[in-house]
Amino acid sequence: MTPLLQVEGIAKMYGARIGCTDVSFDLYPGEVMGIVGESGSGKSTLLNCLAGHLQPDAGAVRFDTRAEGLRDTVMMSEPERRMLSRTDWAFVHQHARDGLRMNVSAGGNVGERLMAVNARHYGDIRDKAIDWLGRVEISADRIDDRPTAFSGGMQQRLQIARNLVTGPRLVFMDEPTGGLDVSVQARLLDLLRGLVREMGLSAIIVTHDLAVVRLLADRLMVMKDGHVIESGLTDQVLDDPQHAYTQLLVSSVLQV
Amino acid sequence: MITVENVSKSFVLHNQGAAEISVMAGASLSVAQGECIALVGASGAGKSTLMRMIYGNYLTQSGRIMVGDLDVVTAAPRQVIQLRRTTLGYVSQFLRVVPRVSTLDVVAEPLMATGSDRASAEAQAKTLLQRLNIPERLWQLSPTTFSGGEQQRVNIARGFAYPYPALLLDEPTASLDPVNRATVLKMIAEAKARGAAIIGIFHDHAARDEICDRQFDVTRFTPGLAA
Amino acid sequence: MSDYNFAYLDEQTKRMIRRAILKGLAIPGYQVPFASREMPMPYGWGTGGVQVSAAVLTPEDRFKVIDQGADDTTNAVSIRRFFEKTAGVAVTEATTEASVIQTRHRIPETPLREDQILVYQVPIPEPLRFLEPSEVETRKMHSLEEYGLMHVKLYEDISQHGAIATAYAYPVKVEGRYVMDPSPIPKFDNPKLEMAGIQLFGAGREQRIYAVPPYTQVVSLDFDDYPFEPTKADHACDLCGATDSYLDELIMDDAGGRMFMCSDTDYCGARRTAGHLGAQGAPLAEDAA
Repeated sequence: MTPLLQVEGIAKMYGARIGCTDVSFDLYPGEVMGIVGESGSGKSTLLNCLAGHLQPDAGAVRFDTRAEGLRDTVMMSEPERRMLSRTDWAFVHQHARDGLRMNVSAGGNVGERLMAVNARHYGDIRDKAIDWLGRVEISADRIDDRPTAFSGGMQQRLQIARNLVTGPRLVFMDEPTGGLDVSVQARLLDLLRGLVREMGLSAIIVTHDLAVVRLLADRLMVMKDGHVIESGLTDQVLDDPQHAYTQLLVSSVLQV
Repeated sequence: MITVENVSKSFVLHNQGAAEISVMAGASLSVAQGECIALVGASGAGKSTLMRMIYGNYLTQSGRIMVGDLDVVTAAPRQVIQLRRTTLGYVSQFLRVVPRVSTLDVVAEPLMATGSDRASAEAQAKTLLQRLNIPERLWQLSPTTFSGGEQQRVNIARGFAYPYPALLLDEPTASLDPVNRATVLKMIAEAKARGAAIIGIFHDHAARDEICDRQFDVTRFTPGLAA
Repeated sequence: MSDYNFAYLDEQTKRMIRRAILKGLAIPGYQVPFASREMPMPYGWGTGGVQVSAAVLTPEDRFKVIDQGADDTTNAVSIRRFFEKTAGVAVTEATTEASVIQTRHRIPETPLREDQILVYQVPIPEPLRFLEPSEVETRKMHSLEEYGLMHVKLYEDISQHGAIATAYAYPVKVEGRYVMDPSPIPKFDNPKLEMAGIQLFGAGREQRIYAVPPYTQVVSLDFDDYPFEPTKADHACDLCGATDSYLDELIMDDAGGRMFMCSDTDYCGARRTAGHLGAQGAPLAEDAA
């Protein structure tokens, strides 16, 4: 089977400092990959390199495009990459404000990606927006409200709806539950889990929270100082960590 | 169906002065379809460890573990995920669930993950829950607040929802009253009858003797404990 | 005559502006940056239009200036006098007799000919500005033809008002490529954007020039189920009786009495001269100013 994403030798330097280096892995359809590490581990740098937000200094990120098979997105032209990020890819930011238009209604936010790929029937767009708001558990009567009137958890769910409305195949998530209350986190994670299953999505999730990866990710990469120091099945890495740093991480988690 | 060949495992505790603890050496075992094997040995001898190694939850340092056609020791993560979805079931000692998911959905999940539609998955889940005496009023609730025995029964229901060709059962009758214990043993017998290869850990000796064809003593392969 | 260079600007500046105009004509609807000069009126008073007019005027031209359709507002009069003084060109109020027409926020009712130039005064040239404040981002959107956001604006209108509420400065797509702000003309005027004359748009404060060559396709943006409608007040002109021109509404008294009259004063005047009379119209000579 062709991998959906083939990452080979990605590296990003900041002068002499290593952002991330020598990262390679394959991601298959329906797989969720977690990337954990503490601040400064390079996980966000890696995610941004993979998602096309940063230009890596070395390596390839090959995506299985529908039309042309595996294509290295690092070498793509900007218009092509932007088109990809509006259709087949999605990016859920840690802060909903970075991923939403705060001065546009919820319906407009969800509809934007559709309008960006030439949806031109108002009624259809609105119906789809209502459908998606329902799927992320936002009541339909809030469709005309601005995200500024939403709670943090609702904003995050709106961001998810906005990203998933065009049926992307790969979702990048940067600390999707960061900054949310614990109960709100639980609800969001459950939603994400359900949507990933239902839509057969592949996802790459960056987080420092091991509970999030245990819940959402099939596979796990642990990063430290820009290197991937351990990777494997999520439950295996968390239950039988091999590397010293991973053991430290796992043992540091407080049990409730 | 399940073949363990000459496997060894050790843990290296880097944060405790790199202490290396060897927990298994040279273990071999095979289970045929329709067989039920009990892992026996003193507490801490490595029964759960071996089970986790077979499931891929623990890494195996050397040797081979064949489940069907796949060597779990060298398999790629996605192959193990696929194996766990359609071939190898595991009922652990503790029910670990996502908060907010209802009991019904917990049990229906293995069926939905293998292609059943929601309606039939839920129907089968309900049948299992009824069989294990989980009252209907609890089906829409998350099992996180249930008693130990109730959780165990939900755990078993989930483990038996999909007809896995191979099953790993860690203390399946713990916390159960005689009625439910008998039901579970019956379910294991049914799985055997349809050809599943089963490895179980039972502290309940009577249950073990009732359902298992053979015993496998892990202490023979535990360094420092071998007779 | 005066001590000014012809049309106030020096020749080098005029050449710079003409280059920008040519580029704008070659890429219809594309906003061309230009080095807007200090003019003897502040920004916001038509400096963009004045610079474009200054660059295209020749001594043989006949110049007309309208402000919301009227030749006789203070600003229209000022700008007309400015060019009389600095360029010495003939001026006129008759649309059919002008060769260059500078306009603020209206297109004349009388269709223009191939030998006429219409110069628009533009406040904010960027149609996406109010949705996307970043200039870097809007430039990218134009260059990559990413106009989804424009439809988001129309979507917001419909969701808030039940219809596309944009009444003026209604965005258009030019020659199937660039989305353009046609300046704050009423949407009623949008269909006239497809014309035989040359259309030049100047934004002095924002330092952009854009253009639409003759016979260019200009399509107003809409949704399939909410098509564009060039609406106007459902009334005839009370002075000349015209039913097809854009109307100004005048409140007459405290009792709510009102009067509708053509916004295009030349059009209205020409009709009355020809004998057309509206409900409140009197023959021309008896009109108060």
